[in-house]
Amino acid sequence: MADSDLVMYDNEFQKIDGELQRLHQQANANVVFLVDKNGQLIASAGDTHNIDTTSLASLTAGNIAATGGIARLLGEKEFTILFHEGEKDNIHISLIGQRIILVVIFDQRSSLGLVRLRVKKAAEVLGRIFDEITSKAEKEKVEGGKASESPFAEISDEDIDNLFK
Amino acid sequence: MSFINYSSREINCKIVYYGPGLCGKTTNLQFIYKKTNPEQKGKLISLATESERTLFFDFLPLALGDIRGFKVRFHLYTVPGQVFYAASRKLILKGVDGVIFVADSQIERMEANMESLDDLRINLAEQGYAVEKLSYAVQYNKRDLPHVAPIEEMNKLLNVNGVQWFEGVATTGVGVFETLKGVAKQVLLELKKHY
Repeated sequence: MADSDLVMYDNEFQKIDGELQRLHQQANANVVFLVDKNGQLIASAGDTHNIDTTSLASLTAGNIAATGGIARLLGEKEFTILFHEGEKDNIHISLIGQRIILVVIFDQRSSLGLVRLRVKKAAEVLGRIFDEITSKAEKEKVEGGKASESPFAEISDEDIDNLFK
Repeated sequence: MSFINYSSREINCKIVYYGPGLCGKTTNLQFIYKKTNPEQKGKLISLATESERTLFFDFLPLALGDIRGFKVRFHLYTVPGQVFYAASRKLILKGVDGVIFVADSQIERMEANMESLDDLRINLAEQGYAVEKLSYAVQYNKRDLPHVAPIEEMNKLLNVNGVQWFEGVATTGVGVFETLKGVAKQVLLELKKHY
């Protein structure tokens, strides 16, 4: 396969969650969330009750993908920051380490300057955590994986049929 | 590229519906959306033109249930079928786990089917995938229309490797869930091999 799958364990998830909570607070944001480049929501912080985060994640990834396509047409590697300004809410989207998308939604209680500053700091931390995840996955591949914990080890045709009942 | 989250005990996989313009990719998704329980589905998002042609993609998240305590979610996408949206199609294939090729059974659309299949092969190859190694199935759609090509002929033209195929009438739902289930099963069994 071209890309390796993203496998996340509790330990890394807690670290990511902690960093998002901190960013949410320090940037005075409404909502902060992390999406993988293929549109899967990884984690979020803040008031997500009224937001369809799954759709938002997929559309954000589509947005980044389209912008990335434009960048390559212009001979740029990637546009790493997108910013959309609305009447009330604004959205700041940034790409971390070519693989993860950090999204911050904020209103007039914060400012673009503050968000940019805090995002920059958080991006460094998150980038390191995802480096850890990648190296852990590679290590496991070499050592033969964690079969004992895997939900797939004993998956049967019946399990799959049950999903479609 | 699947996303397996041990912390929230979730497995997320991406399935893309590919095929020529007006072959019924969006109709497949609309039927699935219509027939799925509200608690199992998210919003069906369609980025379409005013004339309801897909502009960028359709997206439908499905949470089908649990396997061994893990919530299994499939993210279904369609590509825009029209030839000139080639750049967008490439983007949507990124990180795909399974592909459903929807072919239009009408004889006059056979060339468009073949062109789209070539386009799929090229776009997958650019990302280091091969149709032969991917979870993949073909749906021969619009079987209810007059002037459709016989299945044997379509298999010869569009399914030289003899992969799983289904007859479909997406407007009424014939073959829609069967096709999805076929590919979903392949995706999950592929994960079993790796983890």
